[in-house]
Amino acid sequence: MLILRCPCCGITAEETEFHGGGEAHIKRHAAASSDAAFATYMFERKNPKGVVFERWRHVYGCGKWFHAARCAATLEIFGTYSAQTVRPPKKIITAIKARRPDWEETK
Amino acid sequence: MSLRLPEGGLLIDRSAPVRFSFNGKTLRGFKGDTLASALIAANRRMVGRSFKYHRPRGIVASGGEEPNALMNLGEGARFEPNQRATTTEIFNGLKARSQNHWPSLEFDIGAINNRLSRFFPAGFYYKTFMKPQWAWKHVFEPIIRRSAGLGQVPSERDSDRYEYFYAYTDILIIGAGIAGLEAALEAGRSGAKVLVLEQAAHIGGRAMVDDVEIDGRDGPAHIAAVKAALDALPNVTLRTRTQGAGVFDHGYALGYERVNDHAPANTPRHRLWRIRAKRIITATGALERTLNFAGNDIPGVMLASAVRDYVQLYGATPGTRTVVVTNNDDAYQTALTLHKAGLDVPLIIDARPQGGGAWSAKAVAAGIRVETGHAVAGVNGKKHVTSVEICLQSGTGGAVETVDCDCVAMSGGFSPVVHLWSHCGGKLNWDEENAMFAPDPNRPPTDQNGEGFVIAAGSAFGALKTAACIASARAAARQAAEEVGRSLAEEAAARQVQTADEAPMAAIWSMPARAPYKLRAKTWLDFQNDVKVSDVQLAAREGYESVEHTKRYTTLGMATDQGKLSNINGLAVLAGSLGAEIPDVGTTTFRPPYTPVSLGAIAGEAAGKLFKPTRKTAIDGWHKAHGAIFEPVADWRRAYAYLAKGESLQEAITREIIATRKSVGLFDASTLGKIVVKGPDAGRFLDLLYTNMMSTLKPGKCRYGLMCNENGFLMDDGVVARLDEDTFLCHTTTGGSDRIHAHMEEWLQTEWWDLKVFTANLTEQFSQIAVVGPKARKVLEALGGLDASRDALPFMGFVEGELAGIKARVFRISFSGELSYEVAVPNSQGLLMWNLLLQAGAAHDITPYGTEALHVMRAEKGFVVVGDESDGTVTPLDLNMSWAVSKKKEDFIGKRGMQRSFLTAENRKQLVGLRPLDDKVKLPEAAHAVENGKAIGHVTSTYFSPTLGHPIAMALINGGLGRMGEVLEFPVAGTVHKAEVVDPVFYDKTGARQDV
Repeated sequence: MLILRCPCCGITAEETEFHGGGEAHIKRHAAASSDAAFATYMFERKNPKGVVFERWRHVYGCGKWFHAARCAATLEIFGTYSAQTVRPPKKIITAIKARRPDWEETK
Repeated sequence: MSLRLPEGGLLIDRSAPVRFSFNGKTLRGFKGDTLASALIAANRRMVGRSFKYHRPRGIVASGGEEPNALMNLGEGARFEPNQRATTTEIFNGLKARSQNHWPSLEFDIGAINNRLSRFFPAGFYYKTFMKPQWAWKHVFEPIIRRSAGLGQVPSERDSDRYEYFYAYTDILIIGAGIAGLEAALEAGRSGAKVLVLEQAAHIGGRAMVDDVEIDGRDGPAHIAAVKAALDALPNVTLRTRTQGAGVFDHGYALGYERVNDHAPANTPRHRLWRIRAKRIITATGALERTLNFAGNDIPGVMLASAVRDYVQLYGATPGTRTVVVTNNDDAYQTALTLHKAGLDVPLIIDARPQGGGAWSAKAVAAGIRVETGHAVAGVNGKKHVTSVEICLQSGTGGAVETVDCDCVAMSGGFSPVVHLWSHCGGKLNWDEENAMFAPDPNRPPTDQNGEGFVIAAGSAFGALKTAACIASARAAARQAAEEVGRSLAEEAAARQVQTADEAPMAAIWSMPARAPYKLRAKTWLDFQNDVKVSDVQLAAREGYESVEHTKRYTTLGMATDQGKLSNINGLAVLAGSLGAEIPDVGTTTFRPPYTPVSLGAIAGEAAGKLFKPTRKTAIDGWHKAHGAIFEPVADWRRAYAYLAKGESLQEAITREIIATRKSVGLFDASTLGKIVVKGPDAGRFLDLLYTNMMSTLKPGKCRYGLMCNENGFLMDDGVVARLDEDTFLCHTTTGGSDRIHAHMEEWLQTEWWDLKVFTANLTEQFSQIAVVGPKARKVLEALGGLDASRDALPFMGFVEGELAGIKARVFRISFSGELSYEVAVPNSQGLLMWNLLLQAGAAHDITPYGTEALHVMRAEKGFVVVGDESDGTVTPLDLNMSWAVSKKKEDFIGKRGMQRSFLTAENRKQLVGLRPLDDKVKLPEAAHAVENGKAIGHVTSTYFSPTLGHPIAMALINGGLGRMGEVLEFPVAGTVHKAEVVDPVFYDKTGARQDV
């Protein structure tokens, strides 16, 4: 059971206060998108053994969504940040690189 | 004959006799006895039968690793199967029964399997129950079902209480043996908050029975001294009868406390500790392994350490004449303990050619015969050991001698209990010297900071010898204290440990080394599931190379003990068969809990009425007082129908519908979701959310809308009212209110965060009452205060004002097809408004109706219910609702998904009405329409329509819209129901009744 810090209200809490929402930073392909782009948006997820960016909601707290950068293999949390962004902020990238020098952000 | 020794037994109180029963016979033990020690003292050697071959089984171990002595305990509401006798403390009145035999433990029909054992090899089920297919239902499954399972299923509801306990600590120490207590003392001195859990009722572990002197004290005295020092530290908490059951992410651990199993009382029976620790020290000790020789499963063959436990701790001996067989020095202590207690030890068989160290010399000096380089060739006796055959370890099992005995104490070496280290990903190394897997301190489980949070200590770390065990415990504690930010006290002087020098153990995986098939087929690895050496070797020959596959194929380690005794021996045999090294074969995965945790403890307080809160409307009490039958809808309970005196359910529903359609009905619609969406971009947002256009809705008007998920499948529906330019009130289904509110927030916060919109879920702020029927307007007029005329309040309009002096918002919306007003008032006024409406409607025989009448009336009108007509794979187009799907909007959730080819295909299931040909018979729920032997669709809703006087139904049928007038067949349980495909709108097709 993970411990996460909600960047919105600042509370550090047990996983049971949160609700996971899958991979973060997925670009929405809607309306006029191709079948391939729509399929990627809907169904294709990276699921790497290593650094992942995830959506979480502080459902039994402030109710806000946020993102977490985490290692899926070791459960290390590199940081949490606002969901209102299309890319992990620099601070998070720096925190990941400090712990995983070989890791590269996929664009 | 009693096997209770005249003196001794550290844990028993001989002045406190206890009476309990085993298989109906009353037996006596002492306070402090486990059921196992009391049975041993009472000379009850056979305590159960194995799972597959029904072989006689005796007690093997003295702790949670016991595979054999599983009992049905208690009776009635306190009955519980599969409880370990070794971890059950006896109390006056305890009732225990052995398992897996019929008609009796001594004479068992199922034991025939044993004689046929050569026909039940590894993978028997997979090989046998293949063909023919029909035999599955009539032959194989009944056989498997009858033979599956060990204990009996309780027949009554558990009468005990259970609870959770939340604990936060700096350092959690699991195990209170030498290492755990030493670590607690060291960590406690740093000032850190320390919690120590011990699964047994006593502390001390092996110190209580081993031949060791620490700081000049014997084991028990040393433990008492450490305990006294710990008691003086207020920051250290020690709990016995509490197992550290599992280690999880980020320092989360589960403790399983058996509060009153040893002394039933009106307290919670078990307590589940939900622990958060910054660091966890696993001081869980080591388990002795069995030895692989023929007949090692016969009752009376036991672990050497367990034999020592029974003598030392309980003053009970498993035998009067015990042969010890070993590959290491530890078992010599058992021989010496027995000898000291005046019991006969005719022989110690040591597989090592050069034999043992100081204890061996002591044994020889005590006059005990020791044969090195020897092995057990076989064990004689059926229900109990009578003698052993001995042979050379290096040979093929030619017996050189038979030695009479009534107990065999075996030791195959020790395996550190690495379970808790491994639960959350701690890795292991193979220790060649001791032939065991031990924690690799460089690869611990990691926490949120990427740091190791579990530290193994003592034997659990692989430090089997006392001095090393203590040193590793201190080191673990100092590391943990430092890592939780405590400054370290100066280290106390190293403990002075006096014990015997030991000779190295030898890895013996087969006894004798070149045992032929005849012996290997009688050599047990897993005693409970009856897996033998020959089974694992067969699996290897059949191509099972992975240890995980072999486990499942042979069922090795899949019994209730989860292979605590059998795993290492099993994978050593597998490695041998594959010609691989043991570490390359690897272990199976260690999963929590360490031993089974009761379901009651997992449920905690969340049982019965406390399982889940029931949501009730403000009018619920009235419903209850007026004959309502309730049904659960999401977390709510809603009135299904109101039964008048002497009335059947169907009569009540019919009465409610007829009264509503003829005059006026009253319905509590408060459970429907009510979400306010407000802000300058509210209209834009709702256009994205609903499939139809909402931004064009005029203030004061209502519009029915559909919501889909991104796949294009219908997820909710409801009426939206525009309260003012910036504010919309979205009604959702009863089950949808929380879900849809969350859905809105998710899109607002994570995709369209540029939109200026707030949402608020006001579901519980309002009571909403539907006044339905041709006389509805008259009822509202009678209340007064609000113009309910067609001009002032037209269909799909709403007004705000006061009704009978109560602030109200009144919507002209209809789910029944009748003239209908939904009156929303502050929740606190809900019951008052309900009663006022009842009074005002009395002249018109106003009739409260329930959810079933609601459903019948909506079906008569062909209105869909999300969750009945839709199931997560149905689009609005499938429900003929293309009118509610905007073609003008560039985008909305689900628009792209709906355009996929398979969702626009011609022959999709489409919503149709069904008119059963038989006027008396309603179609069964969910019945399938079958055409040319193929299912072509199913019934989604089916009712008897009192309005029409015949049954009606709705269904999703392949290409249904093109089948109007066709008669479909619905075969159900030998009867074929027939129904004609018709328009789903059965009643008032033009909608004239609702728009008056």
